Amino acid sequence: MNLLDIFKRRGSAPVARERLQLLLAYERRSRNQPDLVSVLREEIMAVIARHVQVDQDFLQVSMDHGETTSRLEIDIQIPNKVAMPMAAAF
Amino acid sequence: MGKVVVVTSGKGGVGKTTSTAALGAAVAKTGKRVALVDFDVGLRNLDLIMGAERRVVFDIVNVIQGTAKLSQALIRDKRLETLFLLPASQTRDKDALTEEGVADVIDKLRSVFDYVFCDSPAGIERGAQLAMRFADEAVIVTNPEVSSVRDSDRIIGLLDSRTMKAEQGESIVKHVLVTRYDAARAARGEMLSIDDVLEILSTPLLGIIPESQDVLRASNVGAPVTLSENTNPAARAYIDAARRLEGEDLPVILPFERRGLLDRLLGRRAA
Repeated sequence: MNLLDIFKRRGSAPVARERLQLLLAYERRSRNQPDLVSVLREEIMAVIARHVQVDQDFLQVSMDHGETTSRLEIDIQIPNKVAMPMAAAF
Repeated sequence: MGKVVVVTSGKGGVGKTTSTAALGAAVAKTGKRVALVDFDVGLRNLDLIMGAERRVVFDIVNVIQGTAKLSQALIRDKRLETLFLLPASQTRDKDALTEEGVADVIDKLRSVFDYVFCDSPAGIERGAQLAMRFADEAVIVTNPEVSSVRDSDRIIGLLDSRTMKAEQGESIVKHVLVTRYDAARAARGEMLSIDDVLEILSTPLLGIIPESQDVLRASNVGAPVTLSENTNPAARAYIDAARRLEGEDLPVILPFERRGLLDRLLGRRAA
């Protein structure tokens, strides 16, 4: 801290405002879409389970909110050892 | 049909009860019939702030459970004959309130009074949700401080989704009442400004209550600040807020700091 800072001490209110705006933007979005991600996650899991045995932990579903659009990321890892019932038929 | 106004905040200690008493008394002084309902079952305090703590015989839980009539539980204010209090129970917990019971009590009050003020408990649980459930309007009490503003935002979300009005597709009228506003600290940029709070909450302003010793003194003696000290800045701010609540178009004036030269030199804040 230099000497000038003592005279030019700026309040902390702008920091408070900025933090709140960021936080509330996030909280409002998650409030408006109650658990969309977890609903999707469950349904995707159910579809996959019909064909392949995959552990819950190998499915990652996340939502990235942008300005105008949002990106839904689904990452499914299927272990190589798991036998595919469909493939076995051929 | 009277108007039901919930005084809520999410966060505790921001001044819900004080504001309920002050606004209610200010409206009652104009001749309107006003009922103040304490929803903080288990932690009632509106009776204390109103100076009626020794006159409580029956409470809202007794009325809901049918062990007392509403007219028996209502306490008439000793200073204003148009002002009434329906106390909360101190010995029960919030589960003693049922939605049907509250609906019935509010309906009856609405038919007799011009204004019904519901003093909400802190939090977002059952008690707070029942306090707002049948409201036409909401006063969201907010301190210019991050955690209070965040909680107010959460409460606004609940007002827009969990109230009867919201469920019927109508919208509940919301107002922000900023309390404990310290003009000096706001001027120094140490406290969120009114504009910051309003912009973040995007809800119209009902009033700004300056931080004041008189509010504490009013609580100490058990009289709403708008009755006991009606000439001080906080009381005037509450009286103006009550007039706006009644629909009057009254501009909000930002409180300013009054400091003498000596205070300035010594860097002292005004009380």
